[in-house]
Amino acid sequence: MHLLKQILRSLNRTRFFSIGTLLLLFLGCSRPSNVETALEEKLLHFGLGAEPQHLDPHLATSVAAHNILSALLEGLVTEDPKDLKPRPGTAKSWDISKDGKTYVFNLRENAQWSNGDRVTAHDFVYSFRRMLNPNLGAQYASMLYPLKNALAYHQGEKSWQEANVGVKALDDHSLEITLENPIPYFLELLNHFSWFPVHRPTIEKFNAYEKIGTAWTKPNNFVGNGPFRLTKHHINSVIEVHKNEHYWDAKTVQLQGICFYPIEAAYTEERAYRSGFLHLTQSVSADRVDFLKEKYPDELHFEPYLGTYFYRFNLKNPPFDDRRVRQAFCLSIDRKKLVDKVLKGGQSPATTFTPPGTGGFHPTAGFRYDPDTAKGLLNSYLKEKGMDKLPPIELTYNTSEGHKKVAEALHGMWKETLGVEIHLLNMEWKVFLSTVANGEFSLARAGWIGDYIDPHTFLQMWRTGEGLNMTGWGNKNYDQALQKAETSNSVDERWKNFQTCEDLLAAEAPILPLYFYVHLTLRHPTVKGWYPTLLDHHPYKYVYLEKEEAE
Amino acid sequence: MIRLVVSRFLQAIPTLWVIATLTFLMTRYAPGGPFDSEKAIPEEIKIKLQSHFGLDQPLLNQYMLYLKNLLQGDLGPSFKYPEWEVSELIATAFPVSLTLGVLSLVFAIIIGIPAGMIAALRKNTWVDYLPMSLSMAGICLPTFVLGPLLIYVFSSHLGIFPPLGWDGPSNWVLPSLTLGLFYAAYIARLTRAGMLETLAQDYIRTACAKGASSWRILFKHASWGGLLPVITFLGPAFAGLISGSFVIESIFFIPGLGKFFVTAAFNRDYTMVLGTVLFYATLIIFLNLLVDILQAWIDPKARPQ
Repeated sequence: MHLLKQILRSLNRTRFFSIGTLLLLFLGCSRPSNVETALEEKLLHFGLGAEPQHLDPHLATSVAAHNILSALLEGLVTEDPKDLKPRPGTAKSWDISKDGKTYVFNLRENAQWSNGDRVTAHDFVYSFRRMLNPNLGAQYASMLYPLKNALAYHQGEKSWQEANVGVKALDDHSLEITLENPIPYFLELLNHFSWFPVHRPTIEKFNAYEKIGTAWTKPNNFVGNGPFRLTKHHINSVIEVHKNEHYWDAKTVQLQGICFYPIEAAYTEERAYRSGFLHLTQSVSADRVDFLKEKYPDELHFEPYLGTYFYRFNLKNPPFDDRRVRQAFCLSIDRKKLVDKVLKGGQSPATTFTPPGTGGFHPTAGFRYDPDTAKGLLNSYLKEKGMDKLPPIELTYNTSEGHKKVAEALHGMWKETLGVEIHLLNMEWKVFLSTVANGEFSLARAGWIGDYIDPHTFLQMWRTGEGLNMTGWGNKNYDQALQKAETSNSVDERWKNFQTCEDLLAAEAPILPLYFYVHLTLRHPTVKGWYPTLLDHHPYKYVYLEKEEAE
Repeated sequence: MIRLVVSRFLQAIPTLWVIATLTFLMTRYAPGGPFDSEKAIPEEIKIKLQSHFGLDQPLLNQYMLYLKNLLQGDLGPSFKYPEWEVSELIATAFPVSLTLGVLSLVFAIIIGIPAGMIAALRKNTWVDYLPMSLSMAGICLPTFVLGPLLIYVFSSHLGIFPPLGWDGPSNWVLPSLTLGLFYAAYIARLTRAGMLETLAQDYIRTACAKGASSWRILFKHASWGGLLPVITFLGPAFAGLISGSFVIESIFFIPGLGKFFVTAAFNRDYTMVLGTVLFYATLIIFLNLLVDILQAWIDPKARPQ
């Protein structure tokens, strides 16, 4: 003890503690939070989720990229902030031919790039051509296939001139687009980033016409035509955009800028929100819902989202090569129970593959819960094969707590109804993707988020041999109905054919739809002009910040 | 001393070559590739992408090209973020990880060494039991528990430090403390063990018999010998501190290198995996060399004959 006393005595306690306090104050002098300063600065602090892989609209693939690109660029049309219906954008008006195949867009004369250059019809022709250029290797190039002859050019069969792709600049401000088939949702489609224009001199300066990974998308280089311009990009830290004074509708834009933070961990994002670092979060962890509902009832939002969570059956191997087994599996699932007792995040049970109401299409429910029929179907299969029970089945999913919860719940239901033993097999994401793509699975988890608000974005997946099908299922009647829907200009005709597709999916059961996604988010009450939309698109030019009124 | 440095440097070359080769082969043989995604990519586009990144070449050619570029100091563009060079990403993220690492080490040392010393001096009293139990708790408590706990106390309740970000000194405290406490616990235990061993030596008894004060015994006679295990530990600890910060970076939203290191593997970002692995390997080799030099300086027995 002698030594300890000596040490303590030698330290002048008062001095020690006062230095400590000063240091603490210096380090921790609390600054006002982002949300507090935002009202003055008119800056929106946005939880982005993931870091976007590309900021080149022709190479981008992710939701995060959409969130940035829709601030930096603008297509021919824009979206209504409430229902995402097309509104005039770079084009002030358009004429549609009677057969619905030819569109002539009249571009604004005052539409400018962020460096002051005029936006012309030629820019759009150049951009569509770049997107479809087979040498660029754009992953979303097929989004432009509705253009007449786009496929022939993209697959390298013909040159641009030979292919005569359906896009033409009639003059500097008129753009004519010809489609392969009439597409009722074509104008909505134009809001996907793959249709956004790029600034030709910039692309040429960086030699980026058919090259991936050039520096044209860095701040100071990026030239866009959207309401904001790129001012800062620190990877994994922040992407900042500020108001573009050259934007044709700059007077509508109320925000001075947006800071996007790629915070991947949902818990961290929630902490960021609660400490006033963010105005909005990209996601909310499902197990925090109960707590947040109680603490932040007005800030936690459950918004519909155009996506379906489902499982794929592999039809190439037994037992799922037999329709009865697939149906038995589908009929044993109590989706309502799954949603209410397991997920508890406001999701709705999926009794069709297309979320009801997509583009106005309300399919009749096909996937039911009927354990008795399920048992009967399985028994008839077992009897025919001379088996007592099914061999254990492997259920493959990518490693995640959420997927595991669903898989375990389903395992329980199948075991109870059908007496089937399920082995849960979780895999790291890339291993999972290649396993499913190579058809080395029996039953695999999947999810699909619509690219545009039309049943087509969902139902085209199950065409025979389609890249995303991956179940090995093909059906002539399905393909025919789908094609009829694709080529028809009449709403009734399209809905009728899409319904046929849905019916066939339910009857043949190559997939097992489970639930429709919801978008769970925390949003600060000062954020105004922000509405729940099916694609989670929020045109930023209508967004503003306003102090809460004291009640 | 010069011989030590030169021989270590010569040993480092084959070590790095083996690491580069093994990592190269492991990334290529892992299932899945950089362009796999949930949306199926048409085959012809996949071929285009592969040829863009040179993945259509035979493996041996890819390997030779990679080594050639490596010798020229070119790590290539990231596969996941092709608009950025791997070296550019490392150069921006490493200073952040380094700051975090250094601060954590400082915390670890200023907490760990005094705690261990006091515990050793008062063996088997409460002054020993208390810090040692705390240090055991520190070793057992994972950073993803400790981090949020510190945030809860110092940020949510006391409002002294911000819960996340890396803008300024006030942001640095909580993550460094979280990361540092784990190592502080180790250092405390190592210090205690080292000191106990040294304090039992004959020369310490001699010093006591001569009437040297406790202060003098502690700092003049015992500390160098007692701290040797700690110094040996500091090299790997420091490397661990700057490379093992993925969880901390994720909890506190810090744009450091740990995130690239870990996610590159998930993304099959071949160039980034190789770049970060080689970078860390070089760093660890360098730090170990530094520790050896330090040891040789303190302890004559450790000097090469």
